Amino acid sequence: MKKITINPVTRANSPFVVEVTVDGGKVVEAKCSVQFFRGFELILRGRDPRDASYLTERVCGICSSAHGTAAAFALEDAAGVRPPHNGNILRNLILGADLLQNHIRHFYLLSLPDYVRGPNLPPFVPGYKKDFRLPSRVNEAMLNNYYEALEIARLAHEMVALFGAKAPFPHSILAGGSTVAPAADVVMNFRSKLQKINDFIANRMIPDAHTLAGVYDDYYSIGGRNADMLVFGIFPRDQYDRERYFPFGAVLDGQLYQVDLQAIREDVSHAWYIGGVGQPGGDYGVAGNLYGKGMQNKQALPDREKQGAYTWVKAPRYKGRAVEGGSLARLWVRGDYRHGVSTMDRIMARVLETQKVGQLMEGWLEELRPGEPVYKPFKIPQKATGVGLTGAMRGPLGHWLRIEKGRIAGYQIITPTAWNMSPRDAGGQPGPMEQALLNTPVADENEPIEISRVVRAFDPCSACATHVIAPGKSLREFIIPV
Amino acid sequence: MMKIKDFIKIIGKSGMDVKKTTNQLVGGLLAGDKKKRPPVLWLGTNTCAGDSISFLNSLDPGYRAMITNLIDFRYNHFVMTAEGDMSTGVLEDTLAKHAGEYLLIVEGTVPTRSGGLYCVVGHRNGKPYTALEAVRELGAAAGHVVAVGTCAAFGGPYAAHPNPSRGKSVQGILDRRVINVPGCPVNPGWIVGTLAHLVWYGEPELDEYNRPTLFYGETIHNLCQRRHYFDSGIFAAQLGEPWCMYKVGCKGPVTFADCPYRQWNGEHVNWPVKANTPCIGCVNPEFPEHTMPFFEHLPDIHLPQITVNADRIGAITGTLAALGIGSHLAVRIKKGRLAKTIKKGLAPPKLGLQVLQTTPAQKLVDGIKFKLKKKN
Ligand code: SF4
Repeated sequence: MKKITINPVTRANSPFVVEVTVDGGKVVEAKCSVQFFRGFELILRGRDPRDASYLTERVCGICSSAHGTAAAFALEDAAGVRPPHNGNILRNLILGADLLQNHIRHFYLLSLPDYVRGPNLPPFVPGYKKDFRLPSRVNEAMLNNYYEALEIARLAHEMVALFGAKAPFPHSILAGGSTVAPAADVVMNFRSKLQKINDFIANRMIPDAHTLAGVYDDYYSIGGRNADMLVFGIFPRDQYDRERYFPFGAVLDGQLYQVDLQAIREDVSHAWYIGGVGQPGGDYGVAGNLYGKGMQNKQALPDREKQGAYTWVKAPRYKGRAVEGGSLARLWVRGDYRHGVSTMDRIMARVLETQKVGQLMEGWLEELRPGEPVYKPFKIPQKATGVGLTGAMRGPLGHWLRIEKGRIAGYQIITPTAWNMSPRDAGGQPGPMEQALLNTPVADENEPIEISRVVRAFDPCSACATHVIAPGKSLREFIIPV
Repeated sequence: MMKIKDFIKIIGKSGMDVKKTTNQLVGGLLAGDKKKRPPVLWLGTNTCAGDSISFLNSLDPGYRAMITNLIDFRYNHFVMTAEGDMSTGVLEDTLAKHAGEYLLIVEGTVPTRSGGLYCVVGHRNGKPYTALEAVRELGAAAGHVVAVGTCAAFGGPYAAHPNPSRGKSVQGILDRRVINVPGCPVNPGWIVGTLAHLVWYGEPELDEYNRPTLFYGETIHNLCQRRHYFDSGIFAAQLGEPWCMYKVGCKGPVTFADCPYRQWNGEHVNWPVKANTPCIGCVNPEFPEHTMPFFEHLPDIHLPQITVNADRIGAITGTLAALGIGSHLAVRIKKGRLAKTIKKGLAPPKLGLQVLQTTPAQKLVDGIKFKLKKKN
């Protein structure tokens, strides 16, 4: 038995820690831990509800558009306003471009150094030396694509900026719509950049992913877990948000179900928080129950000294299960990809989703109607509640908002990485990433690259995962048809 | 330092095409003087990595040119291959071998709560190595310390009320001078430009907040393409309109940055006002605490519920100066008649809104003429 601690795990949006126990060459126990805390929900209280879309973007530098979107949806829900036709499409285009940027950067910049040997130059050295299997010519070609991918990802961020002012943290994702008119020159510029990106995806990224999957095909059986997943829909088809291009869905044991928000609970028994209802080991609830009786005016507060806890991430559970989110879950719900649940499946699904979104965006550009409004003004309600649900790059993202006296009285965020990288719950059930690590073979305990490959395929982002429970609203029945 | 003459000679000899991108020129310039490539440690503390990502958005030079020609980019959690002890070993190694030489870039606030345990960057001797310790240690021995992004420079969003992690700016925990390159996120041009300046010419000229005046020397308002609308009192009444954004919350008048010129992302395609949204003052020492609400215009944010202390008067005086309002008003502020004076002084002329509501061209022109006459 040997304990291996990787602290920090790099090449993730924010560093985190993995601790595994290896016995007989395999992982028998795993803990994932996030070691930093900021407390967004506490900071949001008392502020103007419109500010949430800009401020919550600051939760995460690589998926800021997703937070902007969830915040806009939540306020629209509370204020009873819908964006105009153009506003909806523009927001989809901004989030879509940001998703392309995220996935391209994840595949090349964050993932590939686990499989491809870099040049002999910092920050590529030092690094692990074992199990790099690509023949040198292939290795060289992929490395070139690595550099090109950086340019392509930058281009995707320029698309975000075209309609969104700047990236990260675009300004044009707002409750009420968007702000840049789809004039011919801007649309043309956007379209031309999109074309370059889609060419890169088709001609480089997809072949590179296939090459990788061919050479490292054992990773189809490493990092596996039960097919338990959760998806919040992404990209509304129309401004009324009746249907989304990537639909809502829950997958339990591989079977598809409707999403029932009442079935979400959040557990803090192994996270550094105290307060709320009950004590460690009790049912802290969130979403479904958090804002019910007994939770009013109570909140979980950070306590780094709490015994038995090992992370800043809470443990959200769906129907009591640890479920994962992300590209694989979304494609599974769509029925586009059901090959399996493993490290390589997560990577392949992310790459395929990149292509899918890039193609969809070409169609959305056609739907823009120049000359029509992009933004609809509205009044902030004095007292209201709202929910904003969207798919973020890494999985389901929800913002829950309560307004009193025209100000934010409660704000709750449940992020994708909270789902994916959650710790054990009161019943001792590990989070999805912890489950996926079990049985991972470790050939050399001094170079545990297998561990890194498993965790990185989740595209974990601890920046988005650390939050505080704050008092919010009581949720109404909310079932989303698939 | 290489003189420009020598540089041109090298270019001539190398047969390099002068029309080539800056990217290649930077490479050519530095190829002759490899020693100049200083080790850079980019330490992420409590951050969202937005500044690292913005750094990657640099176009000329791009990332590849930067790491091969400009800097020896040793440590950055977002891009580095090493992890665990191997990665924190890079910090130790650089500290031991290049003290006084390396650049420390810090991205993020540095939490001080629970002895710094609200951000741990690695472990050492079986104990957590906190961001607080890391910044103190690495900061003490660095050639220069650069705080990149508003969090590192001034505290930013995570240090906003009630500051749950008791986060501080880098300057707040270091005794030495910290060069602040704020922005939420930092503009690629600001950070890469600051690095280039440090590598080639040494420390840039800094303002009273230790920001390079090269990028933060003038207000957004003074550089804004919509300034003529402001001066003529033509204001957007809602987001998405193409006029001056002052009434919907623009903090350009109190924000020192060159966004209107430089604009954002690789090709410099856009910036908030061009996108018909307000500047939210993200480079300011007071962002976001006192640039919120983002969609309310200036006088409103500076008045209610805010205690007036010396700093605040400074900021407000700055506002007045930027708006071109006489210094006699500033004196009155110090005497305490703040609310009334500011409201009177800063309330945008009604004229603009009336003009906007009716908009026939002649009326617009008449209004502007009237305003100008009144001014003279
Ligand atoms: S208030 Fe803002 S939009 Fe108006 S001129 Fe000044 S900087 Fe430009």
